[in-house]
Amino acid sequence: MVNIRIKDYVRETNLIQSRLVISSIIVALLCLVLLGRLYYLQIQQHSHYSTLSRENRISFVPIPPARGQIYDRKGRVIAENLPTYTLEVVPDNVPDMDAALDQIAQLIELSDTDIKRFNAALRARPGFEIRTLKSGLTEEEVARFAVNQHLINGFQINARLQRHYPFGPEMVHVVGYVGRISEADLERIDRNAYRGTDYIGKLGIEAHYERTLLGQSGYEQVETNAHGRVVRTLSRVSPVAGKDIYLNVDVDLQTAAREYLGEFEGAIVAVDPGTGGVLAFASNPVYDPNPFVNGIDNKSYQLLREDKGRPLLNRALNGRYAPGSTIKPIMGLAAMEDRRSPFERVFGKGWFSLRGSTHRYRCWKKEGHGWVDLHDAIVQSCDVYFYTLANNLGIEKLHEFLTRYGLGRETGIDLDGEPSGLVPSKEWKRNARGQPWWPGETVIAGIGQGYTLATPLQLAMVTATLANRGVRNKPRLVRAVGDSGATKLQELGPQTIEQVPIRNQKMYDVVIEAMVDVVHGKRGTARRSGQGAEYRFAGKTGTAQVVGIKQGATYKEENVAKRFRDHALFISFAPADNPKIAVAVIAENGGGGSRTAAPIARKVMDYYLIGPPPPPEEEPGKEDDAA
Amino acid sequence: MLRNFFRHLDPPLCLSLIVLSGLSLVVLYSSSGENMELLYKQAIRIAIGFLILFSVAQLSPETLQRWSPYVFSVGLILLSMVLLVGIVGKGAQRWLNLGLFRFQPAEIMKLGVPMMVAWVLTRHPLPLRLRELAIAAAIVGGPTILVILQPDLGTAILIAAAGVLAIFLAGIGWRWILVLTAALGAAGPLLWTMLHDYQRRRILTLFDPWSDPLGAGYHTIQSIIAVGSGGANGKGWLNGSQSQLEFIPERSTDFIFAVFSEEFGFIGAVLMVCLYFFVVARGLYIAFSAQDTFSRLIGGALSLTFFFYVFVNIGMVSGLLPVVGVPLPLVSYGGTSMVTLMAGLGMLMSIHTHRKLMPQ
Repeated sequence: MVNIRIKDYVRETNLIQSRLVISSIIVALLCLVLLGRLYYLQIQQHSHYSTLSRENRISFVPIPPARGQIYDRKGRVIAENLPTYTLEVVPDNVPDMDAALDQIAQLIELSDTDIKRFNAALRARPGFEIRTLKSGLTEEEVARFAVNQHLINGFQINARLQRHYPFGPEMVHVVGYVGRISEADLERIDRNAYRGTDYIGKLGIEAHYERTLLGQSGYEQVETNAHGRVVRTLSRVSPVAGKDIYLNVDVDLQTAAREYLGEFEGAIVAVDPGTGGVLAFASNPVYDPNPFVNGIDNKSYQLLREDKGRPLLNRALNGRYAPGSTIKPIMGLAAMEDRRSPFERVFGKGWFSLRGSTHRYRCWKKEGHGWVDLHDAIVQSCDVYFYTLANNLGIEKLHEFLTRYGLGRETGIDLDGEPSGLVPSKEWKRNARGQPWWPGETVIAGIGQGYTLATPLQLAMVTATLANRGVRNKPRLVRAVGDSGATKLQELGPQTIEQVPIRNQKMYDVVIEAMVDVVHGKRGTARRSGQGAEYRFAGKTGTAQVVGIKQGATYKEENVAKRFRDHALFISFAPADNPKIAVAVIAENGGGGSRTAAPIARKVMDYYLIGPPPPPEEEPGKEDDAA
Repeated sequence: MLRNFFRHLDPPLCLSLIVLSGLSLVVLYSSSGENMELLYKQAIRIAIGFLILFSVAQLSPETLQRWSPYVFSVGLILLSMVLLVGIVGKGAQRWLNLGLFRFQPAEIMKLGVPMMVAWVLTRHPLPLRLRELAIAAAIVGGPTILVILQPDLGTAILIAAAGVLAIFLAGIGWRWILVLTAALGAAGPLLWTMLHDYQRRRILTLFDPWSDPLGAGYHTIQSIIAVGSGGANGKGWLNGSQSQLEFIPERSTDFIFAVFSEEFGFIGAVLMVCLYFFVVARGLYIAFSAQDTFSRLIGGALSLTFFFYVFVNIGMVSGLLPVVGVPLPLVSYGGTSMVTLMAGLGMLMSIHTHRKLMPQ
């Protein structure tokens, strides 16, 4: 080889070392580049990137679950979800909300209520969650908004499901309604469970079965553009629809029952004694729940509140009435439980006086019923018999026995806010009024007057218990629940509380026979209502005084303003030997139970047991002012 | 015996590596959503990494030099096997399944290529001539192309960088550097056609990530937002919204620096860059004071490669460079890169601690 090169150690070393020095300088410079870049990003542009980090483009959009639907006994939809256009916004995407609202107000009518509610919603949840400004937009509004959408950043129109009650007022006292989640609601609910959901059950079944109906929300991870509009979906967790609810209530029966009440304010509760299933739960008057879904406006709400008929009051559940003579069958049982013979007779002379007192407790029949035993006393509703009985039993025994049958106690119906009613006792009076008990108060308690208060529902359940010969069930509005669209339902079944403890079951025969004679007997107070019945039924009339009548004065309906007239009551069950339905009717200011309430109850039972009546029948006769 | 073992460690280098590993665990705790299991795994990897570092440090530079051709050959064989029988991992063939564990042969080449280049160049007098340069270029180019075919652009760039840096240190003439740069510029369009679509988009969006904010630019933008929103003092440990809300992609691996600088701010970022600079400077110093050509070349090349990792990673996270899969040395979660990095650092320590007293 000519060209042999010899390794020059020193030269090589110098060469590499100089390259290493150059490298070090380059490394140092590149480090400075990095630091400069970091300085630029973290110090100079910090506020810019801070903003970007806050308003990031990836957001989670909750997907509300479809709320469970509610069906009646025959499978008709009582509460459904209808698609509706809603105007929605992610508040974080709107720099100037007030200006945006002004702009929108020019396109879409916004009421003060809308804006007030929206402002409340703004405060309630974090700004990156979507809020509804207005729902139920018309096609025209949607079109107008769509044209101008580019001017209004952040707002968008979405198709959403909205609760609708096709039967409107008829079922409001059963199903209630949903409404927008209020700030008060927010304090008691798990906010996560309601992500994306604007509605919550406020009343009735909707409130009581909220957890069943609600379902689970899902969410979508989406990318949004600079204006907050969704560009694409990255991932999705589907919501789980709420469960459907199937009622025991039959809309037809319910509607018919309320119709039978006519002009009267009042309530009708019909239950299946065997199961406690509530067949009808009518309260008159009614109101339309649909405006409540998106928040009723103040004026309409005020009108409803001030309405003399008090439509907002659910009389079937919350109306508390003196039960009057309807408690006489239970009083009869109380007598026998106290080992008094049902054949022991009392002379009904038209009035009753306590020993050493001149005060007369009058019978509804001035001339008196003459000698009556328990059977006759129930059939003819002899007050004197029960005055005497109550006086002999004393208030404590009376209190204990009435309570056994569920009076003065919640029935345990599947609705919220049930009152307990009242069966007075000495203790109660001492605690509640700070007063001693007077013997005269025992006397009137014997005919269900005075302090005693019961709801129509309680009366219906007491009647059902009588029909069952002592088996107490919880009233159930809901029969079954099922997954959305499922064919197999989860039947909830009857919920029996207890068999009322009583000395001898045969005592029921005595009382029920008497109740049958109330409607079918020659002297029964409601014999007109029993006429022509295709089945035998048992009943008891009642009249609850609204105002006391002075000693020596006579109650004349014509002389009393309508709102002071007596309430008409009737309890009954049918058929007497195999009860399928138990009914309690209360017609406020209806006068006597036999004249007003009993025919209504008969019609309800006819409807249920036989079917809808062919043509409207004539007005019931006008006599027998019995109580 | 044990004293002998520790004699081959370089305390300043060791200390800074321990600090970096500690930082790694701190940031990982946050980026993984406080996942202790992941933390344990990383701690074990760090431990294994140090064990490898200590072991390699025991070998003398002469041994390393002797082994160079074998390391390179084994790496080349394995790389070819990956292409033939490699299993598909993350849509790319990078892993070789060796039964008990999966192995990424490309990692070997991160050491094998600079070792081989240094080995070849040491056998010839420097500066380089065309023939040696061509051989060196083949040593660098072959494995690089094999890795590109996998396709793993990030690793390919790292392997190429390690080789090229060794050649640069060997004193390639500035004229050649100019010519090669020009050639590379000309080859650009050709390379462009060879790139995968996602790689092209990544490079394009480097210049303007906001042009495709929801597609190719997304990673970069989210990462830049994280870094920028950290500010001077950071949002605080576990408090980075970009990290905790999972806006940062690959936040435990390639983009861990974004998490770190979001939560610890500019102050933290400067500290970390300085720490890396110290490691690299120490490595270059070791190369500078080494006693033979192979040691200088491999020591310098490994130090510069280490810096190349850091620069490419932080540059990518801060939006200076395109997104390529380059982990942040010692801090990113992951096993294989840890092993090769630690072995490389072990070589540096070996070079420094095996010096003989030489008559001047």
